[in-house]
Amino acid sequence: MAVLVIADVHGNSIDDSTHKTVTAAQAIGGDVDILIAGDGADDAAAAAAKISGVRKVLHADDPSYAHRLAEPLADLIVKVAADYDAILKTAATTGKNVMPRVAALLDVMQISEIVSVEGPDTFVRPIYAGNAMQTIKSNDAKKVITVRATSFAAAEEGGNATIEKIDAAGDPGISSFVGEELTKSDRPELTGAKIVISGGRALASYENFEKYIFPIADKLGAAVGASRAAVDAGYVPNDYQVGQTGKVVAPELYIAVGISGAIQHLAGMKDSKVIVAINKDEEAPIFQVADYGLVADLFKALPELEEALG
Amino acid sequence: MKVLVPVKRVIDYNVKVRVKSDESGVDLANVKMSMNPFDEIAVEEAIRMKEAGTVTEIVAVSIGPEKAQDQIRQALAMGADRGLLIKTDENVEPLSVAKLLKAVVDEEKPELVILGKQAIDDDSNQTGQMLAALLGWPQGTFASKVEKDGDKLNVTREIDGGLQTIAINMPAIVTTDLRLNEPRYASLPNIMKAKKKPLDVKEIGDYDVDVTPRLETVKVTEPPKRKAGAKVESVAELVDKLKNEAGVI
Repeated sequence: MAVLVIADVHGNSIDDSTHKTVTAAQAIGGDVDILIAGDGADDAAAAAAKISGVRKVLHADDPSYAHRLAEPLADLIVKVAADYDAILKTAATTGKNVMPRVAALLDVMQISEIVSVEGPDTFVRPIYAGNAMQTIKSNDAKKVITVRATSFAAAEEGGNATIEKIDAAGDPGISSFVGEELTKSDRPELTGAKIVISGGRALASYENFEKYIFPIADKLGAAVGASRAAVDAGYVPNDYQVGQTGKVVAPELYIAVGISGAIQHLAGMKDSKVIVAINKDEEAPIFQVADYGLVADLFKALPELEEALG
Repeated sequence: MKVLVPVKRVIDYNVKVRVKSDESGVDLANVKMSMNPFDEIAVEEAIRMKEAGTVTEIVAVSIGPEKAQDQIRQALAMGADRGLLIKTDENVEPLSVAKLLKAVVDEEKPELVILGKQAIDDDSNQTGQMLAALLGWPQGTFASKVEKDGDKLNVTREIDGGLQTIAINMPAIVTTDLRLNEPRYASLPNIMKAKKKPLDVKEIGDYDVDVTPRLETVKVTEPPKRKAGAKVESVAELVDKLKNEAGVI
């Protein structure tokens, strides 16, 4: 039995979530290989080879993989799929985009966003925005799976896998990259951060995120998130959104500021280890999941917190 | 150009779902059902393209129970031109839905299919990408902006870290993200008019598609509950607890 993990490649590096998806692959059992598809991604392939327990890294280098377009990438995965019993990728935007295309080309029903592996063909995944957990058994001979990385521990470093160059699969030529607008930030990436501080509608403006949330984030080395209400109101960009339809995070510490705690938000952060809620409404549902709740006006509490952190 | 918009009947997003005590699934009896919110955004986008003159006809299609006609009627009341229901009382998996939709595309020959990025019941996020694969079409998923540019579509996509814009050839698949548009409410006169719009009803057996499920539900359970912790009185107490009790800062 062999399992293939498709790494999330960004430029010439791999995303940390790859290590976590490797752990999920190891739980399924058998040899674990990694596929690196990129454009000038030798360092990414070398980094993948260092993940402990990996047998082999397949490395396809071609300009058509530079921007993670679904059409060429799916064709490449399908081309190497024959040798594998299961194919896994992190359920981030690229995995969500590409893997169902792979599954349909292989005539397989994908298993989306697993949070645990119960056996080689049995998995647990959240449904209804995490309000129910479904245990499913796949009857497909080959499994195509996306993995909620925050539910798995990262595989250790220390491996020494061989790197095998493979040919690109060709570009079907039906899609092309036009441009990208990425949020520039020196803070850690939201889904991988150890501490996350999120603001809600009560922040009332981007300027208030800048004035009250960002300084605390920088003191704690935290990533900044937001509720859907704050994103919809235009205070912060959409990739800040934590929740059912945004990002799912599970940091050591999650600080929710001025967030009431709608089901859709809770679905994105309730697996955090420690949750702090700061809200002036003591009836806010967020307090029902918070380990530490502070009923206070955020515009008074946050400057105090910033000062207390030194 | 003709656009196909699939719509799914799901539990209303405001309803708190309850897991059945026999762990066979969630309780759907006497629960308010609605159109999947992402599908409403898809219908709205098609209507806006029609209003802008790039689209001539919008066909709304649903695969589901007899009652899914309500959701098709809603799409018609919003502004779709005609409807098609492929009737089944079984749970149809995304792969089978994609195969049925491919059969509809082969008949209807639209140049664009706009789907919600995911349904809020099974949260699979698969059908659009699978349909694109089966048709050999490109896919513009998680769209926050769609613009027709000659014989191509420019699709701005919500990705981790920001936005990505791609150009895709037509015919194409687009799946909608939350910020693509704000769907309109159907007015009462339009709801009345929608009752007269054509709605075809077919059986799943009318299509030569194998819809045998590939996945078996072993059980459906409640998620682990989190207990509420303690209230703290001050910022000083909060910082002290985080440092000395939880040890997280």
